[in-house]
Amino acid sequence: MMNVSVFIDRENKTIQLNNISIVSDLLKKLNINPVTVIVSRNNELILEDEKLKDNDEVKILSVISGG
Amino acid sequence: MNCCNEKPVIALYSGEKLCKSHFTEYFENKVFKTIRQFELLDKEENLGVALSGGKDSLTVLHILNRLSQQNPKIKTNAIAIDEGIQNYRDKTLEKAKEFCNKNNIKLDIFSYKEEFGLTLDEMLKILDVKPCNICGIFRRYLLNKKSKELKLTKLATGHNLDDECQSILMNQIKNSIEASARLGPKVGIAQDDKFVQRIKPLYLCTEKEVTTYAFISGLLDEFNECPNVSQSFRAKVRDMLNELENKFPGTKYSIVNSFLQTLPLLKQKFKDGAIKVCIKCNEPSANDVCNACVYLEKLRKRVVVN
Repeated sequence: MMNVSVFIDRENKTIQLNNISIVSDLLKKLNINPVTVIVSRNNELILEDEKLKDNDEVKILSVISGG
Repeated sequence: MNCCNEKPVIALYSGEKLCKSHFTEYFENKVFKTIRQFELLDKEENLGVALSGGKDSLTVLHILNRLSQQNPKIKTNAIAIDEGIQNYRDKTLEKAKEFCNKNNIKLDIFSYKEEFGLTLDEMLKILDVKPCNICGIFRRYLLNKKSKELKLTKLATGHNLDDECQSILMNQIKNSIEASARLGPKVGIAQDDKFVQRIKPLYLCTEKEVTTYAFISGLLDEFNECPNVSQSFRAKVRDMLNELENKFPGTKYSIVNSFLQTLPLLKQKFKDGAIKVCIKCNEPSANDVCNACVYLEKLRKRVVVN
């Protein structure tokens, strides 16, 4: 297993994933529709098929704004 | 399929993956193509951009300002409305001011408090109404009135493909087909001096594309959702569309593209509907008294009674 630190909704969470997880596994675990977010690591955007590593720090940003 | 050897930043619904520079080129070309295809701009314009400080309006201002720099006959200004939504609009307006200062863009800000005597937060404490309805009525009213006063020839908004798709479905669900006739990249059924023509340069860009462009262009570092939006019918339609898009990629494009084929027929069908003038404020209205004046009267009565 590995731990990924996730910044979402202005909060930091630590999520446990298995060692071969990719971004879409993380989104599924958090019950997030990938259409509604962009994901970054080290301030660079990463796609759903990007492999995650132990201790990665990932930001999930909602694309929904306004009102 | 990747565009090149650089790391991709987005996967398009077609399956193509684009790197930062190819995506920037793709996105900007799409906006310029939209402007040409739908004839959104004339050769000379004193253009206004309705700026909230959110990612959509900053993106449209960023691109139109670059167009202005290349073509001095297109003058770009920004106009912002401060509804008075605490912990939301105050923050996005700071971003708007910062962007305009940095890029030397003229920004005019008008507030509900100064124009109507109350902030939106105060109005919602007095009236039991859906926030987005009343807010939209007053915002559109002020944008049109102030754009005329500023002698703007057109007003560009940050509406994107997702917004349009939601509006199309909402109108279908509510059987408001005349409202759909007013949609499209050029807002309204017929041009009329009472309205400053509103245009939507991001019409064919998805919300995810706009956010990706805003992120890689450094236009914002934090995304805020209006505290009132979750209460809206639009939010429910939005969530439903995003579920469909996830299961059937390209759904939003299909809805908007098929709508565009019927839009000329809708505009033709409703073209004879006369635009009246509100007897109280002289602003355009579907009825004798416009919705903004109806709400203002209700607010005045409640404030006096209390």
